[in-house]
Amino acid sequence: MNYFDSKDLERFAEVGTFRKELMDKFFDYYGTVTGEDGALSKREKSLIALAVAHALKCPYCIDAYTTTCLENGSNPDQMTEAIHVAAAMAAGITLVHGTQMLGHLERAGAA
Amino acid sequence: MYQPDKILTSTLDLPVLQSASDLPYNFQQVVNKHHLNLSPLSIDTLQVNITKMCNQACLHCHVDASPKRTESMDLRTVNACLEILQNHPEIINLDITGGAPELNPHFDYLVIEAKKLGKHVMIRHNLTVTLEGHPTTSESKEYLPAFFAEHHVEVISSLPYYQEFFTDKQRGKGVFHKSIESALRLNSVGFGMPNSGLLFNLVYNPVGSFLPAPQANLEQDFKLELRTKYGIEFNHLFTMTNMPIHRFKDNLQRRGAFQDYMDKLLHAFNPTAAGGIMCRSLISVGYDGSLYDCDFNQMLDMNIHAGEKMTVFNFDAQKLLQRNILFASHCFGCTAGAGSSCGGTIS
Repeated sequence: MNYFDSKDLERFAEVGTFRKELMDKFFDYYGTVTGEDGALSKREKSLIALAVAHALKCPYCIDAYTTTCLENGSNPDQMTEAIHVAAAMAAGITLVHGTQMLGHLERAGAA
Repeated sequence: MYQPDKILTSTLDLPVLQSASDLPYNFQQVVNKHHLNLSPLSIDTLQVNITKMCNQACLHCHVDASPKRTESMDLRTVNACLEILQNHPEIINLDITGGAPELNPHFDYLVIEAKKLGKHVMIRHNLTVTLEGHPTTSESKEYLPAFFAEHHVEVISSLPYYQEFFTDKQRGKGVFHKSIESALRLNSVGFGMPNSGLLFNLVYNPVGSFLPAPQANLEQDFKLELRTKYGIEFNHLFTMTNMPIHRFKDNLQRRGAFQDYMDKLLHAFNPTAAGGIMCRSLISVGYDGSLYDCDFNQMLDMNIHAGEKMTVFNFDAQKLLQRNILFASHCFGCTAGAGSSCGGTIS
């Protein structure tokens, strides 16, 4: 058994089998945020979504938004830059916690 | 998280899966479900495929064209096409395609005579043939930009992307830079330049199993990138969907992606786009003179029969307007999303 099966994405709506009204609200919100041009274009939103998908490590979303990015006119260079932004942010977030370490070292008289 | 096509799949009664091939994707059934009448409207364009020979062998090509192909329209058939154009003033466009149509020895003659008849002539020109010449005789084709300008044809050229990576992946190594050089030569004789009256349009099709991006957005990108980096001007970008037949279908099947691609086309069925499909106003002619509803049907040997097999030699506009257009699973390629035709997006 695999925990992640790409075909499971087709069953996403079935999560609304119980408390359907909550999933309906989610899909409504999700569709409005991601599926329409607004202050950001659908292309820009797709690149953000692709980066977030990598940061949060969602294989369904990575597959889906790779296609969505292509279908909104992005190319592999742009998509790769987007995930580098996610990776750089993750690295920066890790490293900035070093200030916490430094503070503790100072309080311990070790730095 | 990604939202599946829950709305489409819940409201569209999908065709029943009949086999592992493309048979389950029943276009006529979906058309009926939407109560669409897709009968012929007119014949305003004669699209003539005059050779399957091409100097390129592209990954997506529905013709399976390559330098090895030998099928080519003979002079008798070319003259029959011209006679049809002469006898039918309602046919205002001659769309010449291939292969690389310039490799047919009667290409120049067909262009010149069609222009004498006052027709709008469109050439499906792959750009690189100008530089590479004839693949078997090595005959130079460097005269083409000047010839096109002299006869005021519309040049329509495939350029899968404004970057080298995607273009060469689809069309072969080195094609991108040759295409750029050839496009600059077309610009130098006026094609695509403001107020020249010489139309130079580009065609984008996806490099893979996904749908084209919105045409207007992509046109903006192409214009900006090609102008900024290479100084190229063109009029419009036409986006086309890859047809799941022949070489592209083989590629999908090798990658195990055929069913996913067909599902994608089916789920993206757009009734508005369906109403504007090109087969309703076009007749396609094969190299041997046989008639078809479109170039894709032609490549699948889906001849038009109206009591008898229809060719340029028994061309009957009234019979053709009363025919039933032949549909098959590949037709979902023309109706997906914003739709796809030889002139780009439909809706």
